[in-house]
This record gives sequence, C-alpha cells and structure tokens, in this order.
Amino acid sequence: MIELPTLGWQSIVILVVFGVSLLIATYCTYAERVIAAFLQDRVGPDRAGPFGLLQPLADAVKLFTKEEFFPAGANRALFIMGPCLAMITALMSSAVIPFGNVIQFGNNVFNLQGIEVNIGMLWIFGIVSLGVYGVMIGGWASNNKFSLLGAIRAGSQNISYELAMGMSLIAILMISGSLSLRDITLQQSAAGEWHFWNIVKQPLGFIIFLVCAFAETNRTPFDLPECETELVGGYHTEYSSMKMGLYLFAEYVNIFVASAVMSVLYFGGFNFPFQYELRDWLVSNQAWELASAQNLISVLGLLALFGKIFAFIFFFMWVRWTLPRFRYDQLMRLGWTILIPLAIFNILLTGGLLLAGVIDFGVIK
Amino acid sequence: MPSSSLFFFLSFVALFSALGVVLAKNPVHSVLFLILTFFSLSGHYLILNAQFLAAVNIIVYAGAIMVLFLFVIMFLNLNADTEPHKSALSKVAAAVAGGLLLVVMVAALRDVQPGTTYNAGVFNSQIGMVSQLGMILYTKYLLPFELASVLFLAAMVGAVMLGKREVGERNF
Repeated sequence: MIELPTLGWQSIVILVVFGVSLLIATYCTYAERVIAAFLQDRVGPDRAGPFGLLQPLADAVKLFTKEEFFPAGANRALFIMGPCLAMITALMSSAVIPFGNVIQFGNNVFNLQGIEVNIGMLWIFGIVSLGVYGVMIGGWASNNKFSLLGAIRAGSQNISYELAMGMSLIAILMISGSLSLRDITLQQSAAGEWHFWNIVKQPLGFIIFLVCAFAETNRTPFDLPECETELVGGYHTEYSSMKMGLYLFAEYVNIFVASAVMSVLYFGGFNFPFQYELRDWLVSNQAWELASAQNLISVLGLLALFGKIFAFIFFFMWVRWTLPRFRYDQLMRLGWTILIPLAIFNILLTGGLLLAGVIDFGVIK
Repeated sequence: MPSSSLFFFLSFVALFSALGVVLAKNPVHSVLFLILTFFSLSGHYLILNAQFLAAVNIIVYAGAIMVLFLFVIMFLNLNADTEPHKSALSKVAAAVAGGLLLVVMVAALRDVQPGTTYNAGVFNSQIGMVSQLGMILYTKYLLPFELASVLFLAAMVGAVMLGKREVGERNF
C-alpha cells in the first residue's frame, strides 16, 4: 500500500465523486425516459443497445454534432458563460457530502468524502444559492424576451424558496448543533437506534425541504422558468448543441445532489439498520477482524446511501410525470405565504420540543 | 501554495474585479465583477480561518443581494441609449464625495500597525469558527446583535408596506 498524503487521497475522492455525479446524471436522462414511458404505459427508449442502455451515448453524440448557434445581438461571452456556470455550480456541491464512513487499511484511515469542513451545510447552501446565476446570465445574454422572462422567473423563484429551505435547515441545526454533514450523519448512527433518523424528529422540516428542493432544481411542478406553454423554452430558448446539453445535464446533477443532501440530512446518510449488530456478529461469530468488519459496513453503507439517493431520484421523476405545473402566482403564494410561515412554525416547534425534552440534542455516540 | 502568495493572488483578483465594477460599460458586467470581488473577499476570510464568515458572505451577498441587483438591471435593460444625462455639477459632487470617503478610509487605516496587536503566542486560530463566533455574538455583543435584528425587522416591515396592494389595485 503506497501511503498517500491526505490531499492526494482527497483529490482522488473528489475526482471519483465528479465522475460518479456525471455518470449518474447521464443515466438520469435514460431513467427519466424509461420512467416516463412506464408511467404513461408505453415502451420508451429501447433501440440503442440492450434495453436502450446506450441511449445517453447516442444523445451525447447528437448534442455534440449539432450546430452551434449564436442569436443575433446576443452577448457572446455571457452566452457561453451561462451553461458553464450552471454546470460548475451543480458539480461543486457534492464535494462535501459524506458518501461513506471510514475505510481502514493497516494504519491508514480514509474518509469516503471529498472534503470534511465544519461548515458543510453552509457550503451546500451557498453553492445552491449561486446556481441561479447560470440560468439568469444565459437567459439575459440570449437577447430574447422569452429567455429573459424565464431568467427572471428563475431568479425570483430561487430566492423565494431559498428562504424556506434555509429555515427548514435551521431546525436541523438546532437538533444537531453542528454544520458538518459528517457529524449530522454520525449522530443518526447510534447502535440499536437505527429508527431515530432525523426524519422522525423533523417530519415537517423534511416536507418543506423536499418542496423547496423541487423548486431549487427547477423540476415539475415548479419548472416555471422553462415553461414551454408560455415561454417557448424559457431561459434556454436560444440554446442549441452541447450548451443546451449542459443546462439539461446541470439539472440532473442538481437532482442527484439534492437527493444526496436529503438522504444525509433526514434519512441517516450512510447508516443502515442493524449495521452494528452485523459488525458485532461478524467479529464475534465469524472471527473477522474489527477493522475489516468495519470496512465491510462502510462499503455496505456506501451502497445504502446510493440506494436512498436513487429512491429520491425516482421520486423526483415520478412527481414530474404525475403532477401538472403550478401557475406563477400560485408558486409565489405557496412559497411566501405557506412554506415560510410553516418553516418558522417548525423552528418554534423544534425549540419547544427540545426544551420540553421530547426530542434530544444530537450526540455522536 | 503558501498563504502569502495566495493572499497576493486573491488581492490582485479583488482589485482587478473592483476596478472592473467601476470601469465596465455594461451594468450586467459590473454586477458580475462585483460578484467576483465578493468571491475573492471570501477567499481572504478563508485564509484568516474564518470559514463561517466566508460562507455567509457568499450566501448573503453573492447568493441573494447580487441576484436581486442582476434582476433589477435586467428589468431596466440599462444601456448607453437609455443612460440619463448627468450634469457637470453632479459629477463634481460625486467626485468630491468619493474623495472624502477615501480620506476617511486612509485616516482610519493610517494608525493601524500590523505586527503590534497580533501575537502568535496567544492568538486563537479557532476564533473564526462558528461555535466561537456564536459564543461571542451571544455574550459580549448581545445588545448590538439584537439591535441589528430590530433594524432588519424595520426594513422588512418597510418592504412589506411598499409592496402591499393598494386599495383598488390588481396584480393580475
């Protein structure tokens, strides 16, 4: 085993996370079509490769070979910058997500996480709040009224729903007392207490967060910025070729990250039921070493987290093909007059329950 | 990279983009330069080990306030044709006011002597962490902190009043 310096290991993890995010986003496009076909009782993509599995490759070739088009009077630099920013901000946030517990080789302990910072949650929140720039700049630079309207809708929608999202996060912070996503995960992992994930303590907060996640990723029923019945294509009306592809891709990366964050904050992250029982059983009955048993638990935890993430991604797609789109005034009313008061109520409720001792402060056991 | 060269790089970016804010012809470019300035300032906070401040600076300024700036500028569609003519008097007044602000800043910073107040032996490197900041804000600076929140409340009430529907007015 070659001993890697900490930064070396972390950069490898970041590269892997980067690749995995892109791979998952690629296959989300396939999954979206398959799920849409399933929900609408039709066949879906099945021509390219077995079960149509090569469809994303065919799409990529199509997008790359299409004509690069610049609308007349567009601001060229900003027109190119828009999709780039959308993609960069989408990919940046997965760096702090703890994908797994520690892996131990001899004396070397590795975190299955890009970077562990004690402001992980703020990092995610900050990057999410920057995500709207790609859409706004691209929409404005297109020199098209529909694009501009889409960009402005995206801006006001994101700002409105960020408030409620931040407030639902505050309730989590009150319980956990930490901004580190790894701490929050480890707090949900006490032996024999697997059913005390944060969702049990924060059901209302989770629902608020889920609705806001739909709005922040511009997914149906909140995809007003690209509402084709009113705005042609919304902010990406004038985009073609891979620039269009980057916008679509960024949306799927955002869905992946939002699913990962919800799994970590509310559904125990890489913890799964009976993990400590399994480890103890392996050590005592199968004569495993503690370290290798722990490594097995970490790998299984990684798979468990991805299982949760895929479940959320499926939920995103399920909702898209089930619910109709909101009207714009309904969207704003939901955000400002329902979700924000509910989020404030949730903070008060959490504070009251903490003081009354009904739910306890999170401790890493 | 040693933190001193990182500091020089960030300072270069900060000054370059701050000049860009003033010199750019297109207001949207100005806003984007201002966002870049905030990012380099956050980089400075990170060098000072003030992670919380860095993140909050990005969230509040780059993530919220500048989005609203961009929003308004896109609505107004400012460009050279629609720019109102400024009289010579207002230009002179702006130059004098800006110059006076510079004098105040120089006067305030003149007495600062780096190296005398900083003592590596007793300096707490964790001072910028969230928990430390929270402790100080809720003990030593409790009153200013609460007063600032009252100020925010007043601003919020004012915004709601301005945005309120007048009698007989329809939004849709």
